[in-house]
Amino acid sequence: MANGDSPRQNGGDGLIGRLNRHGVVLLALLLLVAMPMLLDTFRLSLMAKYLSLAFCAVGIVLIWGYGGILSLGQGAFFGLGSYMMAMFLKLEASAVTDSSTSALSAFFGQAGLPDFMSWNSVEKLPWWWEPFHHVWFTIPAILIIPPLLAFILGYVNFRRRVGEVYFSIITLALSAIMAIVIVGQQGLTGGINGITDFKTFMGWNLDPDGAKLAMYFITAVLLLLCVLVGRFILRSRLGKVLVAIRDREDRVRFSGYDPAVYKAFIFAVAALFSSIGGALFTLQVGLASPSLVGIVPSIEMVIYAAVGGRLSVIGAVYGTVLVSYGKTFFSENFVQYWLYMIGALFIVVVMFLPGGLASFLDKLRPVRREQVPVGGALNIEGN
Amino acid sequence: MDVLSVTDLTVSFDGFKAVDNLSLRVGKDELRCVIGPNGAGKTTLLDMICGKTKPTQGSIKFKDLELTQLIEFQITRAGVGRKFQTPSTYEDLTVVENLEISYPGKRNLLGSLFFKRTPEITESIESVAQQIFLKDALTVKAGQLSHGQKQWLEIGMLLMQEPELLLLDEPVAGMSAREREQTAEMLNGISKGRSTVVIEHDMAFVRMIAHKVTVLHQGKLLAEGSMDQVQADERVIETYLGH
Repeated sequence: MANGDSPRQNGGDGLIGRLNRHGVVLLALLLLVAMPMLLDTFRLSLMAKYLSLAFCAVGIVLIWGYGGILSLGQGAFFGLGSYMMAMFLKLEASAVTDSSTSALSAFFGQAGLPDFMSWNSVEKLPWWWEPFHHVWFTIPAILIIPPLLAFILGYVNFRRRVGEVYFSIITLALSAIMAIVIVGQQGLTGGINGITDFKTFMGWNLDPDGAKLAMYFITAVLLLLCVLVGRFILRSRLGKVLVAIRDREDRVRFSGYDPAVYKAFIFAVAALFSSIGGALFTLQVGLASPSLVGIVPSIEMVIYAAVGGRLSVIGAVYGTVLVSYGKTFFSENFVQYWLYMIGALFIVVVMFLPGGLASFLDKLRPVRREQVPVGGALNIEGN
Repeated sequence: MDVLSVTDLTVSFDGFKAVDNLSLRVGKDELRCVIGPNGAGKTTLLDMICGKTKPTQGSIKFKDLELTQLIEFQITRAGVGRKFQTPSTYEDLTVVENLEISYPGKRNLLGSLFFKRTPEITESIESVAQQIFLKDALTVKAGQLSHGQKQWLEIGMLLMQEPELLLLDEPVAGMSAREREQTAEMLNGISKGRSTVVIEHDMAFVRMIAHKVTVLHQGKLLAEGSMDQVQADERVIETYLGH
């Protein structure tokens, strides 16, 4: 039989496999122990910002690397989470009446209305803002609305066999529409300025160092949780079906599966991760902005995943942090060239390193020939 | 009772009738071979049975089920397995995973998310792997198998589905003479207890397995009967075998 000749028969050996096995522990140590010890509060909150973007990259690994769906619309779901959280925070901030705001409100005659609405002569809080007074509505909304939208959008398209590049274009349009609507409806969404100027979450001041540290840990733990959920999905039979759909969707139907449901599901999971990331981003940066929901950030998220390795949920986290740090560094020093640099980076990775960093590390090692014991074959965990 | 009964089946692509008013019955335990020159509509016939192509008119009954009303995965779940002309396996998955993914049941989202490999499933995978001569290649990725082995693996994937109706499109294409013999033996074994339709060009192979042969020509039924009857049929010799 041919198996003796093939050095990498199951996904388990090689560095990707090993990273996947021990990588979560390593990542957890890095995020929960090393980073807080090594970085000062400013750097750590910068890190927390990057980590909230990493939620999107982890989702992109699931949909793109394993589901074969290149989504250029993750920014839209990130934005939904971000804006829903911002709406809650803004309403909380607007309800607080100190002397200056009450004077302003008295001038415009509306208490409890977000400032940008008053500036835009919106006199009454729109009905769809109302539920965001309540945290018990906001949190579930962040967790349910984006994945639900993603599932419906995905299912409708996949059922009609709209896929591949056509679906990518639809997701591209989604993030573009989202940004355009937000910018266009200034009185309702804060427009190009976004929603900002809030400091408390349920009375808890987000500004002091202690709060920032706490938010960092919350973000890191939730991100690790998403990584674990992602791995659980990929290792399950569902994960195998996804790979099968990615490689041979037509055949999967004749194995008795409905590919549309599976693709819509994984698209929804990625939307959920992005939305959580968006909400955490807003909590830490104190801002929800249209510049984070449009096409450019959506594509940047794909680049995070591509650089980290689109087949590795853990690699996606490293990819995000690395590219984001690079972005911060280069955009401070070479303001005009940053976009060209990130474009070049994407091209180079896709052309020369399609497996991303995870595969690059693999290439550095001599390929070992491993014989897989036939008897134990059925017990080997894939992936 | 017939397991498969095709009645007055027609499909037309922009006016071209790939299958034209065809009727066909296949019983339980029967292994039927469908032969005919290129463009006779053999593959199109299988495509319509398994739901890949929608017929323009006519009926396809699988037991009591009208297949023309169902879509692909429903037909598969009802018990129809299809092997394609070019071997279609999941190349990035191992032989075990290819077989396991084909195991029936738990094919919805939650079922597949919390799927556990039970001892019965392991047993079933092992026995199928034995049947398709891939017992020693369980952890090999399907993409690394030889052409013949991919053909076998795809047959194995069908066997995992435990179909009552097995549709095989050129199962021995690209196989060595030895592999063909092994496959013939395998098919004679696995066709018991179910109905099988095989499309094949290799007449020696057809002779080894066929109970009954159906000859198609330009989408129409040309002849039907035992191998000897068909080979003696003048029209068949003229349009197909004579060449």
